[in-house]
Amino acid sequence: MMKLIFEITKEDRRSVRLPMSTIPSFNIPKEYARGQRPHLPEVSKIDLVRHYTALSLRTHGVDNGFYPLGSCTMKYNPKVNEKTASLVGFTNIHPLQSAQETQGALELMYDLKTMLCEITGMYDMTMQPAAGAHGEWTGLMMMKKYHEMRGDTQKRVILVPDSAHGTNPASAHVAGFDVKSIPSAADGGVDLEALRDAVGDDTAGLMLTNPNTLGIFESRIVEMAKIVHEAGGLLYYDGANLNAIMGQVRPGDMGFDVIHLNLHKTFSTPHGGGGPGSGPVGCAKRLAQFLPTPNVEKKGDTYFLQHDNEDSIGSVKSFYGHFLTLVRAYTYILSLGADGLSDASRIAVLNANYMMARLKDTYTVPFNGLCMHEFVMTAQKLKEETGISAMDVAKALLDEGIHPPTVYFPLIVKEAMMVEPTETESIETLDHACDVLLSIARIAKEDPQQLHDAPVTTVISRLDEVEAARNPILRYSISL
Amino acid sequence: MNIKKELMYTENHEWIRYEGEFAFIGITDYAQNSLGDIVFVELPETGDTFKEGDGFAVIESVKAVSDVYSPGSGTVDCANELLVDSPELLNSDCYGTYIVKFRDFEVDGLMTADEYEAFTAKEQ
Repeated sequence: MMKLIFEITKEDRRSVRLPMSTIPSFNIPKEYARGQRPHLPEVSKIDLVRHYTALSLRTHGVDNGFYPLGSCTMKYNPKVNEKTASLVGFTNIHPLQSAQETQGALELMYDLKTMLCEITGMYDMTMQPAAGAHGEWTGLMMMKKYHEMRGDTQKRVILVPDSAHGTNPASAHVAGFDVKSIPSAADGGVDLEALRDAVGDDTAGLMLTNPNTLGIFESRIVEMAKIVHEAGGLLYYDGANLNAIMGQVRPGDMGFDVIHLNLHKTFSTPHGGGGPGSGPVGCAKRLAQFLPTPNVEKKGDTYFLQHDNEDSIGSVKSFYGHFLTLVRAYTYILSLGADGLSDASRIAVLNANYMMARLKDTYTVPFNGLCMHEFVMTAQKLKEETGISAMDVAKALLDEGIHPPTVYFPLIVKEAMMVEPTETESIETLDHACDVLLSIARIAKEDPQQLHDAPVTTVISRLDEVEAARNPILRYSISL
Repeated sequence: MNIKKELMYTENHEWIRYEGEFAFIGITDYAQNSLGDIVFVELPETGDTFKEGDGFAVIESVKAVSDVYSPGSGTVDCANELLVDSPELLNSDCYGTYIVKFRDFEVDGLMTADEYEAFTAKEQ
């Protein structure tokens, strides 16, 4: 078992010797002073480097191998993004500097929001939210304020399809709404009749992702928008699946009023490790007054931060959000250009359909027709015939150096496996993954025990997920 | 799949057992098998009231977090506190482990064991 950095620590061992401080010492009043030294790891530089290098070798990222994790858009993160994000003009500025001294940064934020508004068909946008669910909550708070300002305080219900991302009902709940679930129709889209029955005077809005979580384009979206709008509700677009439609169709044109984006999905910024995420929120004109402050604006040739907006829901994040993530997304958009973004979506959809076509006779696809940028297949038949579940297939993929698809989601499909290859994978990679998945199905029939035992080539074999969920050890306790 | 003849059932894969003025509700073998290993159960408080379609408990398994919907209306007499420390009882003894004991429980449209068996066969 690998040791933690706290377990290889030796008192007074150092990686770095700091110069003597030139700041005069100050005696902290006793009631505020800690009683003992903090338990910080103390290691030599080579041990430090080895420890974290060893950890990095145990992870699987997009740079290590195929990562078709549905709904997460694990596309390649271009290295040029890191180059621009490390330019000293961006890294050596401080959020408390004046607008006059930070015109370049403000210009980038303004240009980025203008481009994202163009891509999504929105009127204005905030860059503050830290990630997707934070964006959802921000957008919902704006919707809430909109209804309140109109005196529609009875509008307390957010409608959510039963195929929705789990964050949608969770965000609506945290924003103070009641949540009502809408069943799916036989074709995997929202059931229009059920939607008509569900809307009413209390409808604050409908949260939707399009394409939906089954990877199916909601072709009845214009009619759905009409039903919700006629009830006085607003339409919220979960941007998790925007990678399917860039340059093809715009949420604003479909009738959406509020949208969040996941820059760490669609716009190639890192998900974790090198993150953080970013969840800009865009809106139609009638909601723009509720956007968080401050927001970056332009007057003549000068960029400035607009703090005064009395209808704003207020600030949702310190300063302006994750600025260096915005730099990466900006770099991505400029690198690809309008045609490149459009191609990215088309190839993402092509890649998903290619994999689906190769796999659908072995792993059943519950809804027929073409998919968008991802598709859901099921191991239900495999499980009935061989006892091998979606979880077993996922574990077996690890042995082949492939990150598993999202499993057991969406909840409306049993033994679901949600595959999103993204546009950045070659046909050879897609073929290899299909070959592996097909061979797993063969092994399931011949030697299922082999799959129950998987993974066997990873550093740690199959974990006891029940024990981990019931009795998690969340903190390393330092022995004194 | 195990179905007990003496219980009544709902389309959401819950069983109901009446005892005097009380209704005990739990989840069926089909439900526990679909959910997989259950790791946490969030229970309502005594005195909470629920209408048909309200979620009265939350079950977390290694696969997913699911609401348990009330098939009728009623008041919680007590929740099964054993589930706080031993949620796995819903897997190992689903018909012997109720989740909530309701009083003043009113419900329509329950299925008999035979009807439920036919219903689950169709679901699959």
